[in-house]
Amino acid sequence: MSTTAPPTGKARSRSASGRAGDRGMNRIFRLVSTWSGALILATLAAVAIFLVLEAWPAISLGGEELGEQISWFPEDTSIITFVGPLIFGTLLAAFLALILATPLAVGVALFISHYAPRRLAQALGYLVDLLAAIPSVVYGLWGILAFAPIVYPVWNGIAETLGWFPLFEGPAADPPRVMATVAVVLAVMILPIITAVCREVFLQTPKLHEEAALALGATRWELVKTAVLPFARSGIISGAMLGLGRALGETMAVLMILSPGFLYSFAIFQAGQQQTIAANIAAQQPEAPPLGVSALIATGLALFVITMAVNMAARAVVARRKDFSGAN
Amino acid sequence: MAQRIDVKDLDIYYGDFLAVEGVTMTIEPRSVTAFIGPSGCGKSTFLRTLNRMHEVIPGTRVEGSVEMEGVDLYGPGVDPVAVRRQIGMVFQRPNPFPTMSIEENVLAGVKLVNKRISKSDAADLVESSLRGSNLWEEVKDRLDKPGAGLSGGQQQRLCIARAIAIKPQVLLMDEPCSALDPISTLAIEDLIAELKQDYTIVIVTHNMQQAARVSDRTAFFNIAGTGKPGKLIEMDDTSTMFSSPTEKATEDYISGRFG
Repeated sequence: MSTTAPPTGKARSRSASGRAGDRGMNRIFRLVSTWSGALILATLAAVAIFLVLEAWPAISLGGEELGEQISWFPEDTSIITFVGPLIFGTLLAAFLALILATPLAVGVALFISHYAPRRLAQALGYLVDLLAAIPSVVYGLWGILAFAPIVYPVWNGIAETLGWFPLFEGPAADPPRVMATVAVVLAVMILPIITAVCREVFLQTPKLHEEAALALGATRWELVKTAVLPFARSGIISGAMLGLGRALGETMAVLMILSPGFLYSFAIFQAGQQQTIAANIAAQQPEAPPLGVSALIATGLALFVITMAVNMAARAVVARRKDFSGAN
Repeated sequence: MAQRIDVKDLDIYYGDFLAVEGVTMTIEPRSVTAFIGPSGCGKSTFLRTLNRMHEVIPGTRVEGSVEMEGVDLYGPGVDPVAVRRQIGMVFQRPNPFPTMSIEENVLAGVKLVNKRISKSDAADLVESSLRGSNLWEEVKDRLDKPGAGLSGGQQQRLCIARAIAIKPQVLLMDEPCSALDPISTLAIEDLIAELKQDYTIVIVTHNMQQAARVSDRTAFFNIAGTGKPGKLIEMDDTSTMFSSPTEKATEDYISGRFG
């Protein structure tokens, strides 16, 4: 689509003639935007430097000394082998949540943007935005007080029938302070943000392409499939990444629900198997000696790197089919 | 393949607002019918009621009948989706699907109807449709490239290829050249002359010379004033319309004294 025409001769000559006030504002705008950009980079760098400096004592020491000086530090482990299971647990929780939430969010967003009558769509839209504003500790409370007490029979049923699959290995723990419960609560938490992003993107599908599909005799679903989803693909990925970011860093809900363990374990129905980085920091930090804090910050550094890597991977996915994105 | 359309006493409403009033006309098969008239006179709106595309806008409805070979398109149990598969449409601005290649664009409509089209059939259909829209020679070596990378005129011919790939009875064109340069316009006009061998074509145009060049029959729509409904003033053979129209308003419009 060639709707964004290059600046016409007329516009250029006007800026060249340069009214003084106009130029002043332009300069302020340039300064503000440049410094804002620089500030972001500086913040990011400051965080990275802080993490590395603070984590260094723990990283540089051997496992033996760490074990001696930190009461809760597992025996005979280096900092790498300490962080490993935590990274694993964090990724497991976040990806399970993402797998549960993304299809549902796309469905809800599609319903709001392309199926629901306008009144209902508006009301639902507000509702989703409200859900996004609920603090995570509330979701955690809901998870442990309302959801966990009733979900055990479901987990147990799945573990008994599909137990041969590593993820569903039994016996299911009761009370279900397990990864599966955490994943569901995290999914509920990240559902609104993914839905909100998807809805906005779906609503921006060009009328032109929707009409093209309809004129070819597309049903509502076929319209969605040929015009809306391909156009919204990068938007869906962006929404999912926002959700993933939230799930990766989520502390309270995990801390309140999960019975922690430090294993590389896929058993999401068993207690004492996994732990996430953020929840572990929150759990250990208050009583940790200085070196312990340093070890925890090292795990924070790992989380920082993971989040950056995930976001860059998402960007790469979005950019891969740029020619076909419809942005040209 | 081409079929005639009979419109009787068609009123078109946007909510309570009567947009087009009392249109009665016959659109002949294997011919080009042009709709001309000033902006806002309802000719595009009327065109869209011929394949029920106006229903995309909530609150629109029609009274009267539109029959294709005796079947009322607005009859009970008639699915607008089925109507649109019979009556294709080309829009003002070229709108190939940006996420699809040239080939996928041509097949987009076909894939909706026939999911399991074989590779060789698909390739044949792509070639025949692109040949049908005079685009084959220009794109045959880059069928896997994005459709949005073509020039505006090529994109519009790609859209025509996409529309004729599903073998419609009728092809509606809503100002198909208004976003194109003169050379691309000429290419489309030549194409329209060829397509009328096989299809019934209805074209809305603001360009009177274009109507005179491409159409067999011309319908003139006009509007009495803002807030008034658009009406069909006169419809006749194009040569008659442009040489000796019956209505004064038609003559004024065609000779440029109005609109």
